[in-house]
Amino acid sequence: MEPLRIHEGLVYPLNRTNVDTDQIIPKQFLKRIERQGFGQFLFYNWRFHDDGEPREDFSLNDDKYKGASILVAGENFGCGSSREHAPWALEDYGFKVIIAPSFADIFYNNCFKNGLLPVTLNEETIQQLIKKAETERYEVTVNLEAQTVQDSEGMQESFDISSYQKEMLLNGWDEIAVTLNEADKIDQYEQNIVKY
Amino acid sequence: MDHPKTIIDKIWERHIVHQEQEKPDLLYIDLHLVHEVTSPQAFEGLRMKGRKVRRPDLTYATMDHNVPTIHRNVIKDEISKTQMETLKQNCEQFNIPLADIDHPDQGIVHVIGPQLGLTQPGKTIVCGDSHTSTHGAFGALAFGIGTSEVEHVLATQTIWQQKPKTLNVKVNGNLGKGVTAKDLILAIIAKHGVRFGTGYIIEYTGEVIRNLSMEGRMTICNMSIEAGARAGLISPDDTTIEYLRGKRHAPEGEAFDRAAEDWRSLATDEGAAYDATVEINAEEIEPQVSWGTNPSMCIPVSESVPDPENAATVNEKQAIERALDYMGLEPNQPISSVEIEHVFIGSCTNSRLSDLQRAAEIVRGKKVKDSVRAMVVPGSHNVKEAAEKEGLDVIFKQAGFEWRAAGCSMCLAMNDDVVPPGERCASTSNRNFEGRQGNGARTHLVSPEMAAAAAIEGRFTDVRQMGSAVLS
Repeated sequence: MEPLRIHEGLVYPLNRTNVDTDQIIPKQFLKRIERQGFGQFLFYNWRFHDDGEPREDFSLNDDKYKGASILVAGENFGCGSSREHAPWALEDYGFKVIIAPSFADIFYNNCFKNGLLPVTLNEETIQQLIKKAETERYEVTVNLEAQTVQDSEGMQESFDISSYQKEMLLNGWDEIAVTLNEADKIDQYEQNIVKY
Repeated sequence: MDHPKTIIDKIWERHIVHQEQEKPDLLYIDLHLVHEVTSPQAFEGLRMKGRKVRRPDLTYATMDHNVPTIHRNVIKDEISKTQMETLKQNCEQFNIPLADIDHPDQGIVHVIGPQLGLTQPGKTIVCGDSHTSTHGAFGALAFGIGTSEVEHVLATQTIWQQKPKTLNVKVNGNLGKGVTAKDLILAIIAKHGVRFGTGYIIEYTGEVIRNLSMEGRMTICNMSIEAGARAGLISPDDTTIEYLRGKRHAPEGEAFDRAAEDWRSLATDEGAAYDATVEINAEEIEPQVSWGTNPSMCIPVSESVPDPENAATVNEKQAIERALDYMGLEPNQPISSVEIEHVFIGSCTNSRLSDLQRAAEIVRGKKVKDSVRAMVVPGSHNVKEAAEKEGLDVIFKQAGFEWRAAGCSMCLAMNDDVVPPGERCASTSNRNFEGRQGNGARTHLVSPEMAAAAAIEGRFTDVRQMGSAVLS
């Protein structure tokens, strides 16, 4: 996994609440057995007509958001299915950071395994970011080390993140390797399991 | 006595492998269930790093999401076929027991775990599937995980978890005639929203929960994730223990008695404290029908679709408008006036024997409306056989239902069981998200009884007004 420390990028505003993982990556694309290549299917039913033509009424298709790498959305982002294909699709499309007032638990955890940073900010700040990004080309800098989001006009907000998840992302660690360092403790636990 | 504890605290403490400051706990996993959709990348990850599956004996796999429910061996979609074959190869390579499409134990992963007695009180259970919360009905700590975590559990039989907060959902009173566990959980989510459980593990308590069968309890715990909670559970009692007695993977003889004693001791202690509590009055609950595009957008069958003009916030107004537009509904339209073209009785929420028995009682001797295509998809091969032994298949077929083989089917339409664009389905499944049952498909979540009634009438009907003698 690629480490993530500071990311500066273009904001794409998705002013919707309860965006579920069925919308992020519809089920017809879950049949692949690889981890890569899901970006082309991101938000598929919102982005494309049945014949595969891009929908003009979905703003991600707008040229002004080309190259966006920071997605800002409404509360409870990533709810529903546990499919890790959702962060795979977001990451493969080019997103590095997702900012929302709240996230669904499974999606939130899945992000960290894929070098994607979920940032929780208050509703008021989110609405300001969305308004800005809807009206102009808007870039922000997300600093994981300092736990801040800032823009060139002096906006600066801090966010909370657990130290464990922060370390994982900062270092791009392989979690399984970390756990296998504790293998003796797992052995010991297994020896003490009580059988009925 | 130690200070009183919840079942959540007791199970958690038993499973800590390693604990240190500033880190999540490393928890041991007792049962890892695997299916074809969320596992291929995990096995591939193991191969790339030369890692093994630590405990294949605590791992159990089946095929459910992609499997055809008709013409079982004709898998038209090449990619689905590859995914199923990949699971078979992975299970062979890593020595994991598999109930494949031809196996008598095949079925939806959350139906077969309990049915085989793999699901037991006090276990930690994970699966790459958000509806793993279902197994909480047995007093197990069961939750859905992503594919990276699947790989982690395969390699280490453990998972790093920050302990969630505890939420007591206490259901008082009694459910009325014709009001089911499905109506109860839909009504709870309608009242408290799709994220009131986020960051919590729910324990369902109260008289109503104690009086539910294991199958009803599974329906409740199944939809915990639709309230945002990764896990929802119910303290084990006599109902739990009697259900497990004699199941293939349950302990036998004296070992069963020792297990039962231990399971009883896991129940939440009198006076244990939760981080939050909500109380629900079951007496107020009517049969439910969802009208929108998330499970909280749900109303009693006697009511009308909401008007966005009455929304409390701008966000809510926009969400209602979007949902009405997608669903093709008008504000203030009575939900009982909505006509449907499809009925789906199935899914990990409502595909067990008692679900099919109750739906069959509604359709017995009646005919599915000409304009409706209705199907029953039993949750497992075993459920299908048990239902056929009772003649339920005949009742459904004579009424005009299609009687299918086991799988996830139209709950998420990964196989050929798809609702066409713009058409409407009364579904006993768990999610009414946009496109869930097919691109442009419109899903209305209901109980098996309400789905059966809708099949007969061609629109939503209060099941309590249809031959009430058969309602439990």
